[in-house]
Amino acid sequence: MKFLEQPVRFLFFTGKGGVGKTSIACAAAIQLAESGKRVLLVSTDPASNVGQVFGISIGNQITAIPQVARLSALEIDPQAAAQAYRDRIVGPVRNVLPDTVVKAIEEQLSGACTTEIAAFDEFTALLTNGALTEKFDHIIFDTAPTGHTIRLLQLPGAWSGFLDQEKGDASCLGPLAGLEKQRAQYKEAVDSLADPKRTRLILVARAQASTLREVARTHEELGKIGLSQQYLVINGVLPRTEAAIDPLAAAICDREQAVLSALPDVLKALPLDQVALKPFNLVGIDALRRLLTDNLSAQGISEHGEVAFDRPSLSALVDIIAADKHGLVMLMGKGGVGKTTLAAAVAVELAHRGHPVHLTTSDPAAHLSETLNGSLDNLTVSRIDPHVETENYTQHVLETKGAKLDAQGRALLEEDLRSPCTEEIAVFQAFSRIIREAGKKFVVMDTAPTGHTLLLLDATGAYHREITRQLTDKSMHVITPMMRLQDEKQTKILLVTLAETTPVLEAGELQADLRRAGIEPWAWIINNSVAAAHPLSPLLRQRAHNELKEIEAVAQHHAHRYAVVPLLREEPVGIPHLLELSGHAETLAGSSRD
Amino acid sequence: MKTIQVFDPALCCSAGVCGVDVDQALVSFSADVAWAKQNGAQIERFNLAQQPMAFAENVAAKNFLERSGQDALPLVLVDGEVAMAGRYPNRAELARWADILSVATEPKPAGDCCSGSKGC
Repeated sequence: MKFLEQPVRFLFFTGKGGVGKTSIACAAAIQLAESGKRVLLVSTDPASNVGQVFGISIGNQITAIPQVARLSALEIDPQAAAQAYRDRIVGPVRNVLPDTVVKAIEEQLSGACTTEIAAFDEFTALLTNGALTEKFDHIIFDTAPTGHTIRLLQLPGAWSGFLDQEKGDASCLGPLAGLEKQRAQYKEAVDSLADPKRTRLILVARAQASTLREVARTHEELGKIGLSQQYLVINGVLPRTEAAIDPLAAAICDREQAVLSALPDVLKALPLDQVALKPFNLVGIDALRRLLTDNLSAQGISEHGEVAFDRPSLSALVDIIAADKHGLVMLMGKGGVGKTTLAAAVAVELAHRGHPVHLTTSDPAAHLSETLNGSLDNLTVSRIDPHVETENYTQHVLETKGAKLDAQGRALLEEDLRSPCTEEIAVFQAFSRIIREAGKKFVVMDTAPTGHTLLLLDATGAYHREITRQLTDKSMHVITPMMRLQDEKQTKILLVTLAETTPVLEAGELQADLRRAGIEPWAWIINNSVAAAHPLSPLLRQRAHNELKEIEAVAQHHAHRYAVVPLLREEPVGIPHLLELSGHAETLAGSSRD
Repeated sequence: MKTIQVFDPALCCSAGVCGVDVDQALVSFSADVAWAKQNGAQIERFNLAQQPMAFAENVAAKNFLERSGQDALPLVLVDGEVAMAGRYPNRAELARWADILSVATEPKPAGDCCSGSKGC
């Protein structure tokens, strides 16, 4: 593996949930330790399965791994870190300040920024020299801070007056206000990150076009900050040997090879490793050793025969949605789970049944929305480009509100506007222009605001003003937008996930966040299920079998109702393939494919 | 030198950019505070979301919160006494409290230029 040649001190693995970065980080740690290096593995995976992988409990302290000499591990739970931070701030004033005030404070501290900065604070000490780290040659992280966090910490303006006396000047650094570490230590940590002699960033992805586009963005963003030493690992590549016996496997192989031969330009220059999809679960030292050594020729050996599978289809969910004749349908989920495709599938299915539908998508590639536009009666498609919306919004704020600021103030405002919240707000403003149509027809969207954003907007009344300003229908004025999103007769939120551990966990977090805002997700959709595709290849059958546990968890613990959407042979573009996703239109799709 | 204390509502940012609509008052006030500090003013800002203890420990702020609620913030104290509430002060008001003279005369230097020290 190229990414392990001449390793530097700090190795960061980054990628979307579910691409397998924790497994690869574990395997890399084992390999380095067995080559004689002293290694510390740091996991911030919310699933926190490093302990499970090694068969011991680790937790928030450096723990030696008994089976692997020279290897130690540490688990940081970002949610727990954020909770500890909230407790530190809120604890002392509980029962001192009014309850409503305490609740408002807690909500302010429940955003993604707080979690990220609290987690960064936790591993700051590991990036600086000290007694804690001097006995290790390499420190491996299964995550990397975002560009936003690093830039904030690099901004000289952010430091003036911060962590000194006058707290609160740098806005999005807010969460750091309650952290005790020294300014010098943060600076040293950030310097380490930006030093190619000390830090290597390994981008982990699957061979999927959308995922790789996202990786290309991460590459550019972190490269600009100084993380210039970057490697690319494509995980879970299906070995060609599987293709002979299974048309599904053959189609996946072809698709993956096509994606790999058309990598985004900025990624082509990076050293590339491919890791084959494995027939076994990545638990235990032996399995992890084989992850990086067995290569693309690996024969799939599975003890599983055909995987019995009978789960509800998307079509069954659409039956219930269609009964209402109109309403707002929002698909929500982490990047890379296929929200846009499923939004299109729901819209096409509704339109196919004769209902008027407006599909609004933020799909960056736009190929999906473009191929759909005008292609089906009753269906209109519009597209909102999140980058354009965010850029416009940012420019607008800088030109109006930031007009009178000095250079330093402007730089701070500009950085604040690059926070993840800004995109969400900008996109949501754009979407809110379309929401009002939902009284008369179906409006299907491939995004939704998080519960955190809704609560903040609701608390300030800003959201209410935003929507009511746009409503011309006077009879709607009495209903607040929050009430509308809370009423499942008017708004149905569909949580999209994959049948894998981390994506299911992440969807669970989104659900908890929405529930804080009094919004109950109406259903879950498990996308790209291999099990639902009835594979023949032993390797895919093994993967199908592994999915069952996650599907069961969704069905039993998470969802009121759910649907499973099969992995398709071809990327679902165009009406026939989208109808096929709903699971009832096989004949239609089959006949038009030929 | 008088001490100015500003008790902000619960903001995730003191610049207010995280809301659905960036609050011009906050952006301007942040700039004015920076200006006043450069001119020697002593100003402290407390964000309810980040430094709630400052509210709990200040009798005026705590009573204000109990009486009027967080929606009535911001609260401005000058040497511990309520100077303003419900809106942010402008640059002239900050200058007045902090005894910064230059700005008070700045708006109308043209009219009485001859009385200035330059003696035109």
